[in-house]
Amino acid sequence: MKKHLPKLLTILALFILSALIVLPADKGVLLERPIELGLDLQGGIHLVYEAALSEVAAEDRAATMEGIMGVINNRVNPLGVSEPNIFVQGDNRIVVELPGTELSDAQKQRIGSTALLQFGELTDNEDEAVWENVLGMWKPATAEIDGQVYALNSSYFKENTFVTTDQFGRIQLNFEWTDEGSKISEIVTGRLVGKRLGIFEGDTALLGDDGQPVAPTVNTVITNSGIITGLSTTEAQLLSKQLNAGRLPVSLEVIYENTISPVLGADFVDLSVLAGIIGILLVIGFMIAFYRLPGVAAALALIFYVALVMALYKLIPVTLTLAGIGGFILSIGMAVDANVLIFERMKEELRSGRTVGAAIESGFSRAWSAIWDANVTTLIVCVVLYWVGSSVAAGAPVQGFALTLGLGVLVSMFTAMFVTRTFLRTLIGSSFARNTRLFTTETGDSNA
Amino acid sequence: MPNIIGKRRLFISISGGLIALSLIFLAVFGLRSGIDFSAGSMLTVAFDNPPQLSELNQELNSLGYSSAIVQETGSEDFMIRLPAITDAEKNSLEDGLTTAFGGVTERSFESVDPVIAAQTSRIAGIAVAAAAVGILLYLTYAFRRMPKPLHYGAVAVAAVLHDVLVVLGIFALLAAVFGWEINLMFIIGILAVIGYSVNNTVVVFDRIRENKLRATAPDFEGVVNRSVTETLVRSVNTSLTTIIVVLALMLFVGATIQNLAVVMLIGILVGTYSSVFVAPAALVIWDHFDRKRLRAVATV
Repeated sequence: MKKHLPKLLTILALFILSALIVLPADKGVLLERPIELGLDLQGGIHLVYEAALSEVAAEDRAATMEGIMGVINNRVNPLGVSEPNIFVQGDNRIVVELPGTELSDAQKQRIGSTALLQFGELTDNEDEAVWENVLGMWKPATAEIDGQVYALNSSYFKENTFVTTDQFGRIQLNFEWTDEGSKISEIVTGRLVGKRLGIFEGDTALLGDDGQPVAPTVNTVITNSGIITGLSTTEAQLLSKQLNAGRLPVSLEVIYENTISPVLGADFVDLSVLAGIIGILLVIGFMIAFYRLPGVAAALALIFYVALVMALYKLIPVTLTLAGIGGFILSIGMAVDANVLIFERMKEELRSGRTVGAAIESGFSRAWSAIWDANVTTLIVCVVLYWVGSSVAAGAPVQGFALTLGLGVLVSMFTAMFVTRTFLRTLIGSSFARNTRLFTTETGDSNA
Repeated sequence: MPNIIGKRRLFISISGGLIALSLIFLAVFGLRSGIDFSAGSMLTVAFDNPPQLSELNQELNSLGYSSAIVQETGSEDFMIRLPAITDAEKNSLEDGLTTAFGGVTERSFESVDPVIAAQTSRIAGIAVAAAAVGILLYLTYAFRRMPKPLHYGAVAVAAVLHDVLVVLGIFALLAAVFGWEINLMFIIGILAVIGYSVNNTVVVFDRIRENKLRATAPDFEGVVNRSVTETLVRSVNTSLTTIIVVLALMLFVGATIQNLAVVMLIGILVGTYSSVFVAPAALVIWDHFDRKRLRAVATV
């Protein structure tokens, strides 16, 4: 007992340390942050956009993607999402993860829309018509300057739009034209005085708070600045922020979308905790029933294992997904494998007539090569899985599983070789160790 | 000591039968790809007053989604598999359901584009291949001191493929009977099975390595049989503890993780069988075959 006191104390200290990091679940005594939960567990939105880069020169693509990311960042920030995660995946994809959020469809659309307001004039010619709405057919309003045709759109806005109300309380979106824009605007509005100017966002009509398309009548020639009225407050503010945040250089298309309500996520957390606890208790029951005293040591080691793994989840930190919890629960089943291997060896050694002490020692050393080879092969699979996860759009669960299983394999090797072994060594020399029955359920002559 | 290896022809035949059956299931029924592999949308909704499955199906039909597949996933939740729909289409669908059945809450919505689906399928294939190659290389290295190290790696990989094939076959059957679809969770499950199966096989092989080096039996067949028998209790016990936790996972967490849990459950059972009864037997058969060939060469 005395000989192993330092190790026992180390184990106890590690256990208490882990417990203090983990508990209480929402923040932890030593580490004031909860275990990070993935989108599927806390609810939220996962969007993957693909950028249409075909018209961008190969050498400019990386820079274009950087630019898009910046714009999207600017657009997401005002939404008030606590920890948005925005990154480029592969050559032409942008992943946007918004945990714990519920957004309206309009807001979702806004994140990836090109944010290009286009101005149109009514046309009777079906061939010219680009857009259509309740007011009729529209074609882009263009101006010809020095033989070049320019379409009037928000790319000629200065990035300082703002929202005000006029004396009647109506919402106004104020904007200024750049020098080039004011020349185009002058020609277009000069031509259209008394007629309607339709406003389109991307390919669809911009709708006012009455649900009707925004299409003001041009009263006078507009040169330097202008206003758009009729929008709802939130719409005007969003649009203004977006126009100021910059325009996307290329169009984006949603190729993957996953939205999970926070309620569903919370359900999953509760259910998996329950599954985990029941799983652990059953495994502990099995180990004690089958292996007696060593089973108790394995049970203690398993509890230690769970505390240590959870502490590591918080420290690293590992973002826990539903599949990650699956990996963790599977690792509980496999964590006792090292113990099972060792205990079976011990039983063999006991059968061949060794003392309990000798059986424990050779059980551990003999089982080691099997534990090592088996775990290395599992780790190889985990590495492959992790790599797969990083290259699949919806790969977060895959990576979560690989990480928790891999971590579980490593920690379980440590708990078996250090924790279980120390517990058992402590028993050597105590009165327990003389009672072979505590080590095997087999009775009779094999103990002789 | 039970003579497991002595009955190797029986076990290999059983495995052959399982594989043949799996191949037939795969050929006849095929696997049903979920949206992760074939594109589409998956909407989960909860009703304040849950309708009957048939009523819901009928309503979806009249809303123009005749190809929708509905699965009940909880007392109030329904998973609706649809062709790829936009947010606007989703909203009008939810409005339609609200009109028909009252309060509807959207629990989750997932939509996958064909580009992503194709890429996911390709990468899943690459992952299984990469895992197999990794295992083959490592085991050949780990058993480098043995007379035929490649045998161990190759047989372990063959056992893994055996297990994967049987799981796929059973899923083809589940697809035909219950309409189960495979998704990304399924691939995670398959790779977990690969990890588990090889883990189990390695433990048996490790014992063969030890017993062979210590020459505990007169011939290779004896060595292998002894090793299988000595590790039998361990193989069964580890399977049991793992099955216990997988069952807990399956029973409590439900449909979202169903694919993963069921794949692991079948995989653990088949994996345990193959590492105890098939892989060691294959080693012995290969060894005998080599000897015969050598003798044949020697007599020429």
